[in-house]
Parts: sequence; C-alpha cells; structure tokens
Amino acid sequence: MDFEFSQEQKKFREEVRDFLEAEIRKGTFKPSCDAWIIGYSPEFTRKIVERGWIGLTWPKEYGGQGRSYIDRLILAEEMLRYGAPVACHWFADRQVGGSLVTFGTEEQKREFLPKIIRGEAFVGLGMSETEAGSDLASLKTRATEDGDFFIIDGQKMWTSGGKYMNYIYLVARTDPEAPKHKGISEILVETKLPGITIRPTIDITGSEAWNEVFFDNVRVPKKYLIGEKNRGWYQIVHQLAYERSGMERLMANYPLFDAILKFARETKYAGKPLAQDSLIRSRLAQLQVEFEVGRLHMYRVALVMDEGRAPDWEASMSKAYATAFEQRLASLAMDILGLYGQLLGESKLVPIMGMAPHSYLGSKGYSLQAGTSEILRNIVATRGLGLPTE
Amino acid sequence: MNLALSEEQEMLKQAARDFLSEKCPKTALKEMEESQEGYSPPLWREMAELGWMGLVFPEKYGGAGMSFLDLAVLLEEMGRAALPSPYFSSIILGGLTILDIANEGKKQEYLPQIASGEIVFTLALTEADARYEAWSIKVKATADGDNYIISGTKLFVPDAHIADYLLCVARTKESAKAEDGITIFLVDAKSPGINCTVLKTIANDKLGEVVFDQVKVPEGNILGEKDRGWPAVERIMQRAAVAKCCETVGGMQQVLEMTVDYAKERKQFGRPIGSFQAIQHYLSNMATDVDGSRFVTYQAAWMLSQGLPCRKEVAVAKAWTGEASERVVALAHQIHGAIGVTMDHDLHFYTRRASAAQVTFGDADFHREIVAQEMGL
Repeated sequence: MDFEFSQEQKKFREEVRDFLEAEIRKGTFKPSCDAWIIGYSPEFTRKIVERGWIGLTWPKEYGGQGRSYIDRLILAEEMLRYGAPVACHWFADRQVGGSLVTFGTEEQKREFLPKIIRGEAFVGLGMSETEAGSDLASLKTRATEDGDFFIIDGQKMWTSGGKYMNYIYLVARTDPEAPKHKGISEILVETKLPGITIRPTIDITGSEAWNEVFFDNVRVPKKYLIGEKNRGWYQIVHQLAYERSGMERLMANYPLFDAILKFARETKYAGKPLAQDSLIRSRLAQLQVEFEVGRLHMYRVALVMDEGRAPDWEASMSKAYATAFEQRLASLAMDILGLYGQLLGESKLVPIMGMAPHSYLGSKGYSLQAGTSEILRNIVATRGLGLPTE
Repeated sequence: MNLALSEEQEMLKQAARDFLSEKCPKTALKEMEESQEGYSPPLWREMAELGWMGLVFPEKYGGAGMSFLDLAVLLEEMGRAALPSPYFSSIILGGLTILDIANEGKKQEYLPQIASGEIVFTLALTEADARYEAWSIKVKATADGDNYIISGTKLFVPDAHIADYLLCVARTKESAKAEDGITIFLVDAKSPGINCTVLKTIANDKLGEVVFDQVKVPEGNILGEKDRGWPAVERIMQRAAVAKCCETVGGMQQVLEMTVDYAKERKQFGRPIGSFQAIQHYLSNMATDVDGSRFVTYQAAWMLSQGLPCRKEVAVAKAWTGEASERVVALAHQIHGAIGVTMDHDLHFYTRRASAAQVTFGDADFHREIVAQEMGL
C-alpha cells in the first residue's frame, strides 16, 4: 500500500499546474464548472496536443506514451481543478481511443489514434435514443449492409458537443432478428457525411450541452466497423466503464468548491465570517470529507485499469458516489449564497460568477449521464456483489 | 500509489482471519462478553503466542518490528470477528504511547511485558465532560516531594477493571491555555486509592469509572514532559481514532458479507430478496460505504505509519467511517428483517460495536471540526 505519488508523477502534476496557471494568466480561458463537457475550445485543445497530453496511456506505436492511468488521472484532476476547456478531445481521450486500442483493427488504430492525439479527430458518442435510455440495448438505429458500406438510418440523442465533433462513435443495430444484445455493432462515422443532421438540445442551464443526431441513409465504409459485427454490446459495456471512470464525475464543479470556500471565509454576517458559523463550518467540512472519500474511489478505479483490466463495478460505484457529491456541493453552495444564489447573468450582484445556480441545475443531469445512479447500483449489486437478477 | 496489501500483509490477514474464525465464533463471543473479565484470558495468551501483542514494537523490546499499517490489517480482522479483548487498550493506547514518549528505561521495563501479553495497559483520559479536549481534563496531580498525588474521577476508561497499569492524563498546572499543564502519568492500577467500577455499555465492552483518591505516583512515572503532555495526547488520539476505524472497517465488511449472503438465500414472493432492486440498491450503498471507509482509513494508517503529518486525514477517516458504519448496519437490519433485531442473530454484535466506535475518540462532529480547521475555515 502506498498513498504517495512517485517523484515523476509529482513533477508531472507541477508541470500541468504551471501550464494551466500560465494559460489563465494569459487569458486563454477562465476557470469554469463543467468545462470538460461544455468547454469546447479547439484552440485550447491544440495547446494540449502540443504538450502531448492526449492519449497518454495508449501504446507508443500508435503515438501514445504508454503511461499509467494514474498519470492520466493526475492530468485530468488538474484540468478539472482549474476548470479548463477540454471538451473537444475529452471523449476520444477518455474512452474512444481505449476502445480502438482494445477492439480496433491494426489499420483503424493506425488511422485514428494518431488523429485523436493530434487533435484532428474530435469524437462524440452516439448511444442513447428516444426509446433507448437505461435500456440501451433496445436501440433501433439501423446499420444495413450494402456491399462495402453500412447504410445508417435512425436517431441518436444526448450527443455531447455535436457541432464540434467530426466523428461519432455510433452504436447501431446490424441484426434486427437476433436477441437485442446480440445484434448490435459499433461503427465510427464521420459527421460530414451526407444524410447527417445535428440539432442542439438546450439543457436546463441554457447551454447547448447535447445534440440530437439524425441519420438518413448515411453510407459509411464497412472498414469503420469497430471490432466484431454483432458483438457491439459487449464492447460498449467495456467503453461505458471508461466513460464512468473519470475524475470529472467528482470534480466537474471544483471551481465552485474553491469559490464557495473562499466566499465562506471572506463574507461576514454580523461581523463574523460565515465560515465560523458552526452549521456552515460543519457542512463544508463534511463536503471536504466526502470529496476525499470520492477521490480515493477514483484512484481505485485508475489502479484497476493499471492492473490491465477494464474497470467494471468499481467505476459504477465511484460514479454513483461522486455525482451525488457534486449535487450536494451545488445544493450547499446555493444554501450558503441564500437570496443571491438565484441571480443569473453578468450583473455585479451575481456572486462567484454565477457558478452556483449553474451547478445546481446542471448537476441534476450528472446522475443520469453515462448510466443512471440506479443502473449503476444494479451493476454494483449484480457484477460486484454477485446478487441474482431473478 | 497502490491500494493493495503486500504479500506479508495478505498472509497476516489470512492467518488472523483463520485463527479468529476458529477461536472466536459467535457462541464464544457471547460467553466472553458475559464473563466478568469481558474477554477470554486463554485466547489472549494464544494471541500473544502468535506474536500479535508485539507485532508493532521494535525487536529490541520483544516485538516483531512491524509497522502501524501492518497493525491496521490485524485490527481490521479483529473488528471483523467482533473480538472482545484488551488489545486496543494495551497496544494502541498503552504500548504505543510508551514507545512514543517514555524514556528508554521505561520502554525496556514495560514494552517487553506488553509485547508478551503478560501485562495490560490502558488509558485514563476522559472525564465527566466526556470530551476529547484539553479543557475537559480536570483530574489533578499535585506535587508532593518526589511524588504526585492524583485525585479525581476518570470515566469511560476501557478495560480498567483488568488493567495492570493506567496511563492517566492529569492536570498538573492551572493555566489560561487549557492545553498547557497536562501531564501523562504511568500508574500502577493496584495503587492504594484507585477504585474501579465497571459500567454497563451498549457494546457490552467494559468501560470503567476510575476514582483516584489521593493516589500517590512517583515523579519518575511521568511519561514525556511535565505540563506539556497535550501534544502526546493528541498523537494518542490520532492513533486511537485510526485504530478504531480499522476495527470498524472490519466489522462493516463482515456485515456487508453477511447481508449479501442473506439476500441471496432468503426467499420471498418465490425469489431471493437480493434479486429485488430495492435490496440491491441498499447493498450497493453499503458496499460503497465499506470501500470508501477502507480507503480513507488505510490512507490515514499509511500516513501514521510513514510518520507523516496527517491531522486532516485522520479526521477525515474518523468523521466518515463512524457515520458510514452506522448507515451500513442500519441497512443490514432493514435487509435482514425481524430476525436481525433478535439476540439469536449475530448482527447485533456489530450494531452495538458500531455505535460505540462512532463516539469513541471523537465522533463525526468532533472530527469535522478538525477538518474545518485544516481547511482554513
């Protein structure tokens, strides 16, 4: 057992921090909540590319660096701590690349991994549909074979950052006759192909967080089938574990956490800092305790990956835990701000840049994305604890 | 960063688990709890033969020279077995304090006997105010020639009824600052003027009310510095809080496993209740609490073991684990149904211990305050 990082890891963390602080000073970005999922900045992603910070864990032969998942977690932790706009490359770096490494053909790896690493392929996710949410395997989007092509027809929902993405990692039905889990395949689709329409969905915070993606007779070369045909369900389960695994589930609102602590220290009521109010003090301390617990859950998941296996129930456990933490953080911030918490916009009366109401509203979705907390608990119970399903 | 136990620690864990499941079945546990001693002296001797009492002490004092982290593994197994024994009192509160602050002579005199299990130590810290703060220390020790005279009442002293020696935290000086004027005395429990009454407790462990009536203690029995004992008391409390967390994590793990087994076996509506989502979600919450508690507990144990400053990490561990264990046993009861709230079932051992552990060496509120201070609030 060892709770310390290696000297190289400590140096790496310092390097990432120095970089981010310098960029903030230069005005490249302002720390903000949810920047991993709504902070789209191709320019910032280019800077990350220059640093070589995409595909850290991927094999060197495809342009990766073969580094550990703990290293990647350190990088992610600092990006989130500073609320940096990393959304353009986040999904490909977090999960798509890993799927290609595990399931892709040699040709696909050689084509796409370097593209992702160079910031040329921003890959969105095409999973959920109107009738396929928690029951993802009931998806209806069809991929029909036609010579060397698949013809894609259907509709996806909740695709993050659609308009920035030049590829979509699509999960589609290739065998409608087979049982629902056994007729699904994964296909990498270029979004500029004819027949694709992307339409934003405005979320509860007013952000263009997600998109609907419509496929009408879209022809995709068969060589972009990832892994085995009709085995897509088993592959996507693997990818979903990576999707759930990351520090963004715990630290998406870290800038708010920082800001509300500062607010509590500096704001005085009746001559006394809020932080000295015993109730507020206790609630903030409890939040810190919960954060520390969550952080170790996240590190456990990374260590599982470093053992060379896909995180399974561990990622479900950490995500369900961490998103609940994020929701409590947002609620506590709103409680502390009181009447001011409801103010939106740029007015000088809006405290801490309006982060609290944004997080309060935005965090409602955290326990739904990438597996609802209920689905995640099912996974912990059945795959982790071995409970029967019937 | 690595969360796995070493090969040696895995071996220790397995050996402890095998030994305790054989020697400390729940039937024996009941007898131990109900006995006058509150533990089994023959079992205590067997534990000593296995080297458990000496595990954490340097070899020159008859120990095995293992680390606090190794000790954490053993404590977790003791918690899992719900073992009643004066191990915590004698090793964590007594022996490790002597190792920390006693002079060489005292170490040589007492540590080998503690390490062999021949003598039992405990700590007389808390009093009527029932707080773990310096201002609550009111038992007085007054200089009288080469001796000190200790008077006053200590409360909630674990294993006081069987202890051979007490480490008594007393006030030797009145001062504007409560932390100033605290001294730790090594007191022979058979000294005239000491009177111990065993209190009946929720965990059926033996806490004592110890009255010191003009108890004479040689000046040479001061451990550490006179009047400046409080920092040592804080270190005792850190070790004790983490050790309590280790025991608690062991208990939580056992409760989780018992409850998973029960949910798989117990059938209602023609199917195992563990197939119902409501039950699955409870169990998932329990597993999350168990794992989280283990992470923060071992983080703190590792830091203590490394000698790193860890005031915050210790507080995080105790603030979290105490409440988490109460949540875990509450859900275990809900899943077990009515059988779980009977004395025929084993669950009560853990419920009662979790409740006691939560308040011992600082409850969640106490430790949240420390976290708040460390956050600069």
